[in-house]
Amino acid sequence: MLYSVIGYYSLILGLFSAIILIYFSIKNFQNSELLDTKILSFSFLQFFLVVISFLCLIFSFVLSDFSNETVFNNSHTTKPLFYKITGTWGNHEGSLLLWLLVLTLFILLFLIKTKNQTIKYKILTLVFQQIIIIGFFIFLIKTSNPFNYLFPVPEEGLGLNPILQDPALAIHPPILYLGYVGSSIIFSSSLAATSLNMISSGWASHIKKWVLISWIFLTLGILLGSIWAYYELGWGGFWFWDPVENVSLMPWLALTTLLHCILVLEKKHILTSWVIILSIATFTLSMSGTFLVRSGILNSVHTFANDPERGLFILIFLFSLIFLSIFIFFFFHKTNNKDSSSLFWLSKETSIIVNNWFMMYFLSVVLIGTIYPIFLDVLSSQKISVGPPFYHKLIIPFLIPFLLIMAIGPKLGWIKSKLLEKNHLILFLIISILISAIIVINFNSNFLLNTILVSSSLYLFVVTLRDSFNKKYKNISQNISHIGFSLLILSILLNNLSSSEIITNLKVGETLEVNKTKIIFKSINQKEEKNYKSIKGTFIIQNIDGIKNKMYPELRIYNQPNIVTSEADIKTTLMSDKFIVINLVKNQEYFNVRYQVKPFMLWIWLSVVLICFGGSMSFFKKKYEK
Amino acid sequence: MYGSKVKLRFLFIVIILITLILTIFLILKSLEENVVYFQSPTEIKLLSEVKDNKIRVGGMVKKDSISINANEVRFIITDFKNEINVIYTGAVPNLFAEEKGVVAEGFLKDRSVFSATKILAKHDENYMPPEVKTALEEK
Repeated sequence: MLYSVIGYYSLILGLFSAIILIYFSIKNFQNSELLDTKILSFSFLQFFLVVISFLCLIFSFVLSDFSNETVFNNSHTTKPLFYKITGTWGNHEGSLLLWLLVLTLFILLFLIKTKNQTIKYKILTLVFQQIIIIGFFIFLIKTSNPFNYLFPVPEEGLGLNPILQDPALAIHPPILYLGYVGSSIIFSSSLAATSLNMISSGWASHIKKWVLISWIFLTLGILLGSIWAYYELGWGGFWFWDPVENVSLMPWLALTTLLHCILVLEKKHILTSWVIILSIATFTLSMSGTFLVRSGILNSVHTFANDPERGLFILIFLFSLIFLSIFIFFFFHKTNNKDSSSLFWLSKETSIIVNNWFMMYFLSVVLIGTIYPIFLDVLSSQKISVGPPFYHKLIIPFLIPFLLIMAIGPKLGWIKSKLLEKNHLILFLIISILISAIIVINFNSNFLLNTILVSSSLYLFVVTLRDSFNKKYKNISQNISHIGFSLLILSILLNNLSSSEIITNLKVGETLEVNKTKIIFKSINQKEEKNYKSIKGTFIIQNIDGIKNKMYPELRIYNQPNIVTSEADIKTTLMSDKFIVINLVKNQEYFNVRYQVKPFMLWIWLSVVLICFGGSMSFFKKKYEK
Repeated sequence: MYGSKVKLRFLFIVIILITLILTIFLILKSLEENVVYFQSPTEIKLLSEVKDNKIRVGGMVKKDSISINANEVRFIITDFKNEINVIYTGAVPNLFAEEKGVVAEGFLKDRSVFSATKILAKHDENYMPPEVKTALEEK
């Protein structure tokens, strides 16, 4: 009760501080003096207020204060403490408060960390960021107040969706939001830089750090969501091309493209328009991601709560931001004609640009596949869904040139270059094709396409690996990230090629034998836990080679809300995962059993970690390379 | 008439335009081929012909209709006007139960039998696919 009041009023004070900040900024902007101690202290105050508000919500959750509507809807007294805390951002209101928290945190960090830039630029960035912050304050207070008061006070809460009571998903939203919201700083500062006509190499190396930070967090956030989906949803896959997944992939693609553009801008002072447009696009996509997930417009299997009014607000807000940025782009941005035409076809920047176009193409495929069903529904009220075949067909073939350019591009010099070491490159290509052909021929699938795919990713791997030992092409962070990417594609391909699956319905005590794999359903054990009842099955799996494995998939029947979840049992080894999940159908004796062997699963996760690690290496780069 | 630089730039623009048009065409074409339509049991009953493309059927699982044996799960999807028998071999999601919303993806055998290849999971007990909601509201 008390916490709700404190939390609510600190939100309102936070909104006021945003308005005061804009006022000071405009005042300071005119005399441009070093008056920014005031601005800094108000930014700090604003961040502090949002932190208080956020802490109040956490306390309300921890103390199970059901006079708070958000707590009532998403918590329960029997829930473990850890999930009471993480439940704070497991719902719409709390997650938006988290958005706001990260927004204010980033602008504060930006003001503190930015040193060698003009005051004007810093202040203008602050103004743009405060416009976004005000939008979110109003959105939170008007349509999704996390501190709504309930009377009479309910005895017990409704509980958190058990599927969200999971360690990976507990930290998934904060990490993903650091990525999403990190792009707001890129958005604000690129608008500020455009208005002041200071998009230059110096600006590029200053903003690069921010791009890298959001990129790393966004990548990690997507990875965590994917891992969660793999073991919690019981489908045995890691990416379903579900709209909710797609909306996180789109900003990632835009951000990755932006990262590469910034590198070119830093070195060569070209692609200024690209950088601005991509900065705007990344943030817009992050925001529309939140909008699409939260508005309930998306026809997704993961859709959680939804409310049309909220959707409308975000939509209006989003369009005003887009309008503002397009206005700034067209009125203030001046392209330098002198260096725009100096591109030579064989150079590092050309290869980056070509791959940027590929990434833009991937982005538009995902975008169209995600929003086309919405448009069709609005226009003709026909309900459709776009499945994986659409994405596979349109993306996979274009991965081949993409990977090859990724392999060769880094070996080229800036401006104008010749391809050196042709013999090596051709030799590597032949070796890659041969190895891939030997691998792929063991599987009866589309031989030609798979060989080409495997060999191009193998080629990227080999060439980049060699580059990292060659002084001339050495660039630790880029090498590691590109090796990570080649491993990712490689393990996804091999995983797809050689996964096997057995689905059956079994009673306790029954045995099934398919393809020399024996599944024995030994027994079940029931156990009462704090907030759920557990049914654990004991299975003995005998492989082709006669090795026996015991596996214990589990069903959890939660009391509040009354939901059954299945906890897969996964035996992870370096080379392959064994995955078993059970499900109860209508309390009959039969259990629905799904057993999968999925090779190289671990490598998929590890390669994404490697990609992030490569990115983070470039923070340390300057220390030993310059 | 024009300098070679202008010609080159013109050619460049034309190439970009052609690529753009081809890309859009390619995307729309495969969109058309890979879209899965959602239909209610009533809409299926009214079909003029049974096509062999993949569709989704949504509605409620009828009470006392689930039966299971070693190989398959059978149940009936109803929109309270019409119903359709579903035969399914595969893993069922957690929230699959009688008198709950369900979406099944697969192929029609005829107007009353549907062979499902996938049953979609929903993660929220209160959540109902929008398709099912509309289908139920229309009744």
